Amino acid sequence: MIFKILIRNAFRHKLRTVLTVCGMAIAILAFGLLHTVIDAWYIGVEASSATRLVTRNSISLIFRLPLSYRDTIRRIEGVKIVSYGNWFGGRYIDEKDFFANFAVEPKSYLNLYPEYMIPDDQRIAFLKNRKGCLVGKKLAERFGWSLGDIITLTGTIFPGNWEFVLCSIYKGSEKNTDETLFFFHWDYLNESLKKKSPLSSDQVGFYMIGIENPYMAAEISDAIDKTFKNSLAETLTETEKAFQMGFVTMSEAIIKAIQLVSLVVIFIILVVVANTMGMSVRERIGEFAVFKTLGFRAWHITLLIIGESMVITVFGGITGTLLTFPAAKGFSVAVGKFFPVFNITAETIWLNLAVTLVVGLVAGILPAYRAVTVKIAEGFRRMG
Amino acid sequence: MHTEKPIVAINNVSKSYQRGSQIIRVLEDISLNIESGEFLALMGPSGSGKSTLLNLIAGLDHVDHGSIEIGGVEITILSESDLSRWRIVNVGFIFQFYNLIPVLTAFENVELPLLLTGLTKRERRDHVATALRMVNMEERSRHYPNQLSGGQQQRVAIARAVVTDPAIIVADEPTGDLDRTAAENALELMSRLNRDLGKTVIMVTHDPWAGKWAHSIEHLDKGVLSHDI
Ligand SMILES: Nc1ncnc2c1ncn2[C@@H]1O[C@H](COP(=O)(O)OP(=O)(O)O)[C@@H](O)[C@H]1O
Ligand SMILES: [Mg+2]
Repeated sequence: MIFKILIRNAFRHKLRTVLTVCGMAIAILAFGLLHTVIDAWYIGVEASSATRLVTRNSISLIFRLPLSYRDTIRRIEGVKIVSYGNWFGGRYIDEKDFFANFAVEPKSYLNLYPEYMIPDDQRIAFLKNRKGCLVGKKLAERFGWSLGDIITLTGTIFPGNWEFVLCSIYKGSEKNTDETLFFFHWDYLNESLKKKSPLSSDQVGFYMIGIENPYMAAEISDAIDKTFKNSLAETLTETEKAFQMGFVTMSEAIIKAIQLVSLVVIFIILVVVANTMGMSVRERIGEFAVFKTLGFRAWHITLLIIGESMVITVFGGITGTLLTFPAAKGFSVAVGKFFPVFNITAETIWLNLAVTLVVGLVAGILPAYRAVTVKIAEGFRRMG
Repeated sequence: MHTEKPIVAINNVSKSYQRGSQIIRVLEDISLNIESGEFLALMGPSGSGKSTLLNLIAGLDHVDHGSIEIGGVEITILSESDLSRWRIVNVGFIFQFYNLIPVLTAFENVELPLLLTGLTKRERRDHVATALRMVNMEERSRHYPNQLSGGQQQRVAIARAVVTDPAIIVADEPTGDLDRTAAENALELMSRLNRDLGKTVIMVTHDPWAGKWAHSIEHLDKGVLSHDI
């Protein structure tokens, strides 16, 4: 009977109740969407750690991959650029003069690294000269190199002395671009190998892959590794970590802001529902006096009021949650580029439910307290 | 009849209200015995404290001084929750504005006080049907209060007051909002409760015409009682 009464009470002022239910529905819709944005964001961050993937031999870095993989990888959907290279491991003068040096396919590699800023003439010179090399500004400064210098490295993995002509020096366009690297033509290495040890030619240490959409990184990585599953050289594809770091820290602040907005939305709807309940209870103070006169107790009254508040929030909460699905779809169509994965998670639905119940409970507490504490005689006087 | 112990014994009761810094002394040293089976009218001008006294008798408010004993129980020392339980069993209420719950049908309104008893659904239904038949409202049992006239609502309210079979019925201006015919009807019903069922009826009214239905009349003026025939 109490249940019957509170349901009927909830719909006594139809317009007021409908408006409050709508408000609740919109609030829950906003809350659910914002939470879904946060989810999508995290999925994005995880996936978007790089627009560049690194594919290497799944056993270990020292094992190589066939050059023939290049064309296979290129055909995988979402792959834009495929470059490749080897860790050369050449030594300059002495052990203490260590720096990282790579043999890479120069054209595609530079396409992958637009943050390496090179004057056009130097770029052309480097691409043209098969013995040419490209070094970072810091590295050049360290050894006092200037353009045109001949630099000789002693191979540790690939024996012999290797001569290079310094054709270009790059500057990093980003603060965190590494300016201490040394690159030369992979073909130069490979052709030498073909003569000296044909078995180790046409083998690359890693593929560096540029992808169109950073959010697809995980999928593309999987696709690549699946392609070479059960082949002689299985692959392991990962995103580039350095990229990820900057991205996550930036997004943290935005996520905090979104979370704050969701809390504000919930707070506003709490005030709205509490106000509706406050009005209803004020109007019915005499009715509650009747209940008390007939022997109903404080907890009966509390149940009636909080129950009514819950009816309103649950109606709104369910409506809002149901609306979240089409809204998320529309949202995803509009901003799909940024959030290719835009799914409402079970967690979001549970959270909606929890918020719905908490708002219903809290909004009812103060009006219930008022109704319970008013003396019976006082309640009748206010009514008459 | 007068050898019996009175069902209501009011001894030296005072009650005052505070409004801001002002203290309103409503009842001053009131003493009154009401015999079992009595039909008493409590009369007096508006603001004389009739409702206040009735509320004290019905256990809806607390005295400042003095004691009220009803059916051998001193209700002035009961806790709020004991008083609540005591009311369910001992007192039926009739109000000026009927005070039916608008979202409940006539039937449900009469059933309401029974929800707090241990009766089964079936027993409750029988009790409600009996009470509604007594006030001649069984045909309107599915109607909501706003579908009933004032007189009909008051009859439902009377059914609600007797459905728990209390010894005492209190009524605060039960005819105040009714036309003559409806008022007569309600007063007739209350007389029957008193005559046929032996209920002690205490009725507040400022209308001398309504007072004629009572066996005896107490006048309350400026917080002091005086007895009429
Ligand atoms: N809860 C209250 N707070 C303050 N004053 C009250 C309260 N209840 C009654 N009064 C005052 O006590 C006096 C008697 O009121 P009441 O018993 O309702 O009179 P009656 O029913 O005879 O018209 C009035 O002056 C009224 O204003
Ligand atoms: Mg009064």
